[in-house]
Amino acid sequence: MRDRTLWTWHIGAGVVILVLLGLHMAIMHLDATLGIFGTEGAEPVEWESVVTRAQSLFFTVTYVLLLGAALYHGFYGLRNILLELNPGAGLRRTINVGLSLAGLALFAFGTWAALAAPGAATMAGG
Amino acid sequence: MADTSPRQVTFHVRRYEPGVDREPHWEDHRIDVLPGMTVLDGLWKVKELSAPSLAWRSSCRMGICGSCGMLINGRPRLACNTQIAELASDVVAVGPLPNFGIIKDLVPDLRPMFEMHRDLMPYLIRDDAQEQDDPTGEYWQTPHELEHYLQFSYCIKCGCCMAACPTVATDPQYAGPMPLGQAHRYNSDTRDAGFGQRREVLSGGSGPWRCHFAGECSQVCPKGVDPAKAIQLMKRELVSDLLRLRRRRPPAALAEEPHGTRREDIVPAPPRTATEA
Repeated sequence: MRDRTLWTWHIGAGVVILVLLGLHMAIMHLDATLGIFGTEGAEPVEWESVVTRAQSLFFTVTYVLLLGAALYHGFYGLRNILLELNPGAGLRRTINVGLSLAGLALFAFGTWAALAAPGAATMAGG
Repeated sequence: MADTSPRQVTFHVRRYEPGVDREPHWEDHRIDVLPGMTVLDGLWKVKELSAPSLAWRSSCRMGICGSCGMLINGRPRLACNTQIAELASDVVAVGPLPNFGIIKDLVPDLRPMFEMHRDLMPYLIRDDAQEQDDPTGEYWQTPHELEHYLQFSYCIKCGCCMAACPTVATDPQYAGPMPLGQAHRYNSDTRDAGFGQRREVLSGGSGPWRCHFAGECSQVCPKGVDPAKAIQLMKRELVSDLLRLRRRRPPAALAEEPHGTRREDIVPAPPRTATEA
């Protein structure tokens, strides 16, 4: 894929991270502050809250999207750092393929974890 | 009255002759410096008095030709455009521009820069092949359209921006600020229709994607050009094109021949005061 396309995805992933990480911060860490808007609920790290989120389609989709965006953004950055070490053509290809495979493997594992979470929560008595 | 007496300054000059020297070395030359002397004047004096084989490039002596780019006291500058007094030091360290090979002493090998410059087609490209090969006239352009690229056209290709760029220092594939800035200059010209051709080069690994936006290129440019801005604008244009958001426009049309009647009351030009030899 050409560098222009990769870079555009990199910027797009950055925007997705900004939005979804903002959402994550708001839900997980700013619950007390957001209480002033009358949105007080259960403690976000309590088991019931975790299970509720794990069983919610919205949160599952959000987790997978955030995972994909963060992995792409991070691995693209790592690729740039490695390519600036001026590797030869063969090593350059190895870096591209290696990072793509590593990113895909981590994405597959993370997606599996997000999809398996509702079942695991039910089995654990959630 | 201003002090016009000479003062002693040491020129700390980097010397290297491939095939003769194993590696570059430094030489010191003390010279008398008068107010108003530039680094280029100082180099001429060094060459005249103590180092006749010292080599560098220079031509116009007025910051126009872009030949005398050098690393002067740690910063890429034009030797002809740098007063020794403005350096405020008794030592003037002069070396060849970094990020280039060395042909001899202070002469950098600028070929990679100009080859990339050529690859990015720094000239007007028309969509009509016949008009491209045999232009029939001038093309319309408003002053407002000219403003879009005017500052980038002040580039004199001295290579100072390339010498200051941290990405050029580490990534030989990266085109660098001068060729990219000039590609943007022509892409922004309303008379040009070459965006599609330049895009083929710019979308790849030598395009603007590796720019870290350190901004050093714009800091050191002796002509006040802002290549870092050109590179960011170019990224925006290329991404807009990828997302099909770029507004396509035909290149500016040929300007019509002047029409109407000639005014009769124009005062004639005065007679020539010089005769041709």
